[in-house]
Amino acid sequence: MRGLFLFCAGFSVLALGCICVFLFASGVPFIGKVGLGNFFGTKWHLNSEAYGILSMIVASLYLTALSTIIGVAVGLLTAVSLYKFCPKNAVAPIRQLINLLAGIPSVIYGLFGLIIIVPFLRDKISPNGIGYGLLAASLVVSIMILPTIVSVSLDALNAVPKAYYEGALALGATNEQSVFRVMLPAAKSGILAAVVLSIGRAIGETMAVIMVIGGSPVMPKSLFQSVRTMTANIAMGATELSGDAATALVSTGVVLFFFTLLLNMSFSLLKGGEKRGKPQKTNT
Amino acid sequence: MENHKRQILKYAAAKRVAQAALLLTLAALTAVIIFVLIRGLPHINMQLLFGNYGKEPSIKPALVGTLYLILIAISVAAPIGIGSAIFLTEYTNSKSRIIRIIRIATETLAGIPSIVYGIFGYLVFVVALGFRYSLIGGGITLAIMILPVIVRSTEESLLAVPRSLREGSFALGSSKVRTIFSVVLPCAASGIVTSLILAIGRVMSESAVLILTIGMVVNKMPEGIFSPGTSLALNVYYFGSHGYPEQAAATGVVLLILVVSINILATVLGKVFGKGELANG
Repeated sequence: MRGLFLFCAGFSVLALGCICVFLFASGVPFIGKVGLGNFFGTKWHLNSEAYGILSMIVASLYLTALSTIIGVAVGLLTAVSLYKFCPKNAVAPIRQLINLLAGIPSVIYGLFGLIIIVPFLRDKISPNGIGYGLLAASLVVSIMILPTIVSVSLDALNAVPKAYYEGALALGATNEQSVFRVMLPAAKSGILAAVVLSIGRAIGETMAVIMVIGGSPVMPKSLFQSVRTMTANIAMGATELSGDAATALVSTGVVLFFFTLLLNMSFSLLKGGEKRGKPQKTNT
Repeated sequence: MENHKRQILKYAAAKRVAQAALLLTLAALTAVIIFVLIRGLPHINMQLLFGNYGKEPSIKPALVGTLYLILIAISVAAPIGIGSAIFLTEYTNSKSRIIRIIRIATETLAGIPSIVYGIFGYLVFVVALGFRYSLIGGGITLAIMILPVIVRSTEESLLAVPRSLREGSFALGSSKVRTIFSVVLPCAASGIVTSLILAIGRVMSESAVLILTIGMVVNKMPEGIFSPGTSLALNVYYFGSHGYPEQAAATGVVLLILVVSINILATVLGKVFGKGELANG
């Protein structure tokens, strides 16, 4: 029986190994075949065998940065205000609502972007009459990651000992000062976790993005311009490409996978550093 | 003194900003639901739900496809995930190296974007195994994707079972395996069922994996698990990007209602069972 359970537990390791092997075995040789210069170039033109994904990497990074900034700014302030600046009996229902919204499929957010945000940007905001693009996608993704940021940062704030808050009040700080100057800094590791989580979701988000990003494989120059992220490149090509072009999508996936591994690693280093750092602090 | 007053005013203003952010969050999130409902509800009709896909689109193939995917993904992921959690909680102490490796693997799996799972599923099931686009390929890929969630929540429910119950069972002469199956698992059943329901919700919500593995055939009923198909979430994307915004919104409403009711069901079950356990303990 122990062996059977061990097999089950080992399955995750096996699956991860398989994912790495299949992805790298298929994607890396292709990058070698077309050449690094071609693959990390700016031209994606399948008929002339130009498989440059640089513009998509840049678009992915812009999208991630923009949606994380918007999402974290709004989400963190929301968490702070749920923590102390909101009627006590409203907190539990609001949390439940936010948890419920965390479970909404990303394709629904994409649909919302497609039928509401894109037309709104096109008619009201955009200087060039184009609604699709980085701004639309960033808004959609930042709304999508809000529930995660709010609940993770609120948990982090709640984990800070109440004594810190009371101590700050006793020293003559106002309610607001104690929250912003004492509690928020004390919760920073948990808040950092929320930021990393949302970066991971933003860079990997596919369906919500492809519905509002437009999809042209060009270097992003404006917020209102049809561009293509790495994830969009994979999903858009998936249903129609074959042969070398399909392998190019796998290679795009390898680059995306590499980015998320990097993010995971920095996250666990961060967590490890926190754990090692804490006992030292109490010693001194 | 002036400076002190300014400080107080500054943070009082920051409080107002935070409260505004709370309202903005609530407004944005409810807007998503309300606008999708407004656009979609009027277009839900019998043809869309249960009609045959002809001139007018229908989501019947997607409903059937989604059902297949849930069945495949859960029946693959549940035994492996529960077995894995049993191994992690009952057979090892948390310091052993094997546990560390398994934990790192599970955490890494949880952080991989779903589109990368999609590529994996494409390479394995569509290309290497030669299934072409099929529901079974998509279902198994989804199973791998939801595995970390099932493992983690099952582990939590197993850890919540008091040690004394296990020791009591051992004292009565039961073997380890018997203790696990007739004492630990029944006690943790409610938590495990809740986690499986949440996993069903995730399977229904997922679409990036499926676009690469099941073929997005929106107009044909799937003939079996080896035939290509579509899912509700995938249909929302298909309708939205192929010029059927009304049908997309209507399908979105159906998906939204199903996912939200599944999540509410999980929460309610968790609460009901949770209370029962407290009363027993």
